Amino acid sequence: MENLETLLAQGKQAVAESETLAALDEIRVQYLGKKGELTSLLKGLGKLSAEERPAAGARINEAKEALQADITARRKALETAALEAKLAAETVDVSLPGRGQSVGGLHPVTRTLERIEAFFGSIGYSVAEGPEIEDDYHNFEALNIPAHHPARAMHDTFYFDAHRLLRTHTSPVQVRTMESQEPPIRIICPGRVYRCDYDQTHSPMFHQVEGLLVDRNITFADLKGTLEQFLREFFEEDVKVRFRPSYFPFTEPSIEVDIDRGDGKWLEVLGCGMVHPKVFEYSGIDPEEYTGFAFGMGVERLAMLRYGVDDLRLFFENDLRFLGQFK
Amino acid sequence: MKFSEQWLRELVQPQIGTQELADQLSLSGLEVDGVEGVAGDFTGVVVGEILTAEQHPNADKLQVCKVSDGEQTVQVVCGAPNARAGLKTAFARVGAVLPGNFKIKKAKLRQVESFGMLCAEDELGLSEDHGGIMELAADAPVGSDIREYLNLNDKIIDVDLTPNRGDCLSIAGMAREVGVLNKAAVTEVEAPAVAPVIDDRFEVELVDGHACPRYLGRVIRNINPGVATPLWMQEKLRRSGVRSIDPVVDVTNYVLLELGQPMHAFDLKKLDSGIKVRLAEEGEKLSLLDGQEVELNADTLVIADAKGPVAMAGIMGGEPTSVTDQTRDIFLESAFFAPLAIAGRARSYGLHTDSSHRFERGVDWQLQRKAIERATALLLDIVGGEPGPVIEAVNEAELPAVEQVHLRHAKVTAVLALEIPAAEIEEILTRLGMQLDKIEDGWKVTVPSYRFDISIEVDLIEEIARVYGYNNLPVHTPTAKLPIPPIAEARQTLQSLRRHLVARGYQEAITYSFIEAELQKSFDDQHEAIALANPISAEMAVMRTTLWPGLTKALQYNQHRQQSRVRLFETGQRFLPKDDELVQENVIAGILAGNRDAEGWTAGKDKLDFFDAKGDLESLLALGGCADQFSFVADRHVALHPGQTARIERNGETVGYIGALHPSLVKQLDLNGPVYLFEVNQDAVTGGKLPRFSSLSKFPESRRDLAVVADQATSFEAIRQVVEAEAGEFLKQVTLFDVYQGQGIEPGRKSLALGLTWQHPSRTLNEDEINSAVSAVVSALRERCGAMLRE
Repeated sequence: MENLETLLAQGKQAVAESETLAALDEIRVQYLGKKGELTSLLKGLGKLSAEERPAAGARINEAKEALQADITARRKALETAALEAKLAAETVDVSLPGRGQSVGGLHPVTRTLERIEAFFGSIGYSVAEGPEIEDDYHNFEALNIPAHHPARAMHDTFYFDAHRLLRTHTSPVQVRTMESQEPPIRIICPGRVYRCDYDQTHSPMFHQVEGLLVDRNITFADLKGTLEQFLREFFEEDVKVRFRPSYFPFTEPSIEVDIDRGDGKWLEVLGCGMVHPKVFEYSGIDPEEYTGFAFGMGVERLAMLRYGVDDLRLFFENDLRFLGQFK
Repeated sequence: MKFSEQWLRELVQPQIGTQELADQLSLSGLEVDGVEGVAGDFTGVVVGEILTAEQHPNADKLQVCKVSDGEQTVQVVCGAPNARAGLKTAFARVGAVLPGNFKIKKAKLRQVESFGMLCAEDELGLSEDHGGIMELAADAPVGSDIREYLNLNDKIIDVDLTPNRGDCLSIAGMAREVGVLNKAAVTEVEAPAVAPVIDDRFEVELVDGHACPRYLGRVIRNINPGVATPLWMQEKLRRSGVRSIDPVVDVTNYVLLELGQPMHAFDLKKLDSGIKVRLAEEGEKLSLLDGQEVELNADTLVIADAKGPVAMAGIMGGEPTSVTDQTRDIFLESAFFAPLAIAGRARSYGLHTDSSHRFERGVDWQLQRKAIERATALLLDIVGGEPGPVIEAVNEAELPAVEQVHLRHAKVTAVLALEIPAAEIEEILTRLGMQLDKIEDGWKVTVPSYRFDISIEVDLIEEIARVYGYNNLPVHTPTAKLPIPPIAEARQTLQSLRRHLVARGYQEAITYSFIEAELQKSFDDQHEAIALANPISAEMAVMRTTLWPGLTKALQYNQHRQQSRVRLFETGQRFLPKDDELVQENVIAGILAGNRDAEGWTAGKDKLDFFDAKGDLESLLALGGCADQFSFVADRHVALHPGQTARIERNGETVGYIGALHPSLVKQLDLNGPVYLFEVNQDAVTGGKLPRFSSLSKFPESRRDLAVVADQATSFEAIRQVVEAEAGEFLKQVTLFDVYQGQGIEPGRKSLALGLTWQHPSRTLNEDEINSAVSAVVSALRERCGAMLRE
């Protein structure tokens, strides 16, 4: 019993000095195991008188508990240190690039088309599509452009034969829709169109979005309002918009719309007008009952203005260094 | 149309400057393309007279001239071959500044001093002409400022007129329009009748009175062919973009520009008896003024004499009967040709003339007499001569009718969303030359004969809106019922397909729909591609029947620019001739080349193979939830590797192809292979199904793995079908988790490792059931596929 204090002190020191969980466990066995040095002291209690025994037992148990507490604390400390060391060894360079595929991107024309579709879709226009190889009737006649009309010279047309041609605008889709559908009609017609013209500012193939709204009591003011709002939202700028009289055989009054993006220069961005009564008549709609407006815009032109592209031909070269810029 | 602002202002004087005038025209629908000075910016240039011109002592091509500038005589060295004594020309004194801030200084040319410069037209920015120094009229006042003398403080306004406004293709027409816009008075061009002094007639017969309802002619004899066109007229022509040729032609051109009436002058001596206006006979020939001989079509209106056609009516005169510097007697023509008789004809011969441009759009059918009188008066002033009486052949019944249009005030209000007061409407229309009769709901409007574009009510409403100002009209947005639109949930959108491919690393491309015929053929030997009648080039000649050639060219373009790993897709139409039909089908197509992984520290270095392409396509096909409806069947395709080609079927119907580009095409197109391609019909991909819930089993799955060895030629699909047929109704899934050839497997055979999973909806399957299913599968594989369990 006399060496209890010494044993405890020795044990505590050994615990404090232990460096591994295994060493710590050995110390536990050495002092607190069944045959441990502190445990053995309990066996010596029998030699004491009955009066002395409880106090001596209590002192031994206190010493055991004290050492156990040290061991537990030391184990925790060693475990934490071990975990920390393990984690430290698992550190990665988070600045390394992630694994996996690169992503591609949409063509700027598609991006612009989808944006235009979203604007008009949100106010109830649906998308209508049609054939790119058209007949003369739908591309010209039904749009009030009879054979030999001087306006045909404005459309340098690709022909296949006397009747079939590549559509020069997406307006034929309007005709096809009006032929098959009763008003009210709210459609936009996106798609490829073709003109026999090729230089820095003309591509033989480009994209157009044509819009058509036919209902009762549609006015010139509705047309102005729709396009003014569209252009401001499309450019996300407070662009100045002006309406200039023009001529298209399928609309009257006809309008060209110019915008000024703050530099004082007017840029022509789209053509539009009130649907010509003859076009209604061709499609079997009563022009006294219904009025409507139509508009058409060049998608590449809008994309060029919006993204600052300066050469139309880039759109169809499909150079990845160009296309990759639109994501 | 180009015109001189000064000339316009002779007829109408709006109180606004040039730029304001240009803006006003643009905003009224006559779009101004540009405004430019009639000459460059220069100062210090005067009319000079060459007194003497002598050979330069030290240079063959130079002359040393003595030039008078009205104040003094100076020595000028000049290189122009036309420098000669007595010539009056433009002389830039020392101190003059020519366009481009070019300062004229005293100079020494080959040791001879020169004090100033004699100028060609291009040096003053008058034209592109550098043929020699300017030749001014003999009466040009020496010493006067050339800007004053030639009246160069003028602007040329270029207006891009829309086809409906033929009435503005003249100074008088533009003046009329400017008068309307500015409420300004317009001076009419005076053309009093010129009394005949001889009786000579030249008879005119209208054979095709529908195409030519009015033809006026006049004989003028004994003109003086040696006279020059006066400077003022030459300058007006030049500023309108018309070259001065000779006085007679210049006068007809002048009247065309001034009044809008195309005219023609024949050399009377070269005409044989009377004029007939008739349609050409097929195959008749005519030598035109521009030097070419054309074979006429039967739809072409001609002016003919007894010998045959002498002019293509309203388009161009013939060379043999044209006026020359020998001509003494002329026959003037001023006719009205119906627009439909002229439209398209010039174009069909590859011609486009000032005359055809106007007749196609419509020339005022009441203008012919005024024009012929105006031309006669001008000719008499310039070349003299004795005029005969005006001969007029007319077919009244075929002249255009005077249009009367009913205009309802309420309709104006309804279209423009603004009630414009009646008085203002009346004022606008009256200014436009309309006559108005007030009726109950509006007006009966009589349209002037020069407005070919106005025949219905909305034509008038447009005129009112235009003059009122589009930008002054109200703005609002439409109100409409807003029914909820149908959205088919089962259908994938094109947008979602595109985004799926983008997320898998594909860049969208857009290639031309027309391609080179040879290339098209090497990608499709099943269809004869439809060819354009007028292609821009051989590279854009036929309509694609597949998107592959375009994508392959795009791959080539990028590979040739150091892009080694390329994945592109395109959506669009292909054009398939089938029997007599033309099918325009929307497809989605892709191309892949280069390494499987983008270069990177974790990336493998493997090249792509067939299964990369197939995996991308399968993931696309699975979007609609109908992956099990598609199958890939080994096939052949002209553009593809014969051992790596699959036809894609949906429920047995062909919807596309996938495969490796044929190595011979890879080589021919100078590509870096292998290259993989796929193309499927868009409808087949977008058509999906609605999800349908089935309850989840609470009971455990059982799995058995089988390794079977089969002939290399035996397809996995065949094995899978046998497994599915024999493994019982509770088979849930078959997974192929390994394919192996090599050591341990006989050559020509392959080992397939399959994982089979069963599950019963309402109980646990027992060992015996699974074992008997496995042995059924094993024996069926052995019997039907020759596939043995791997030892």
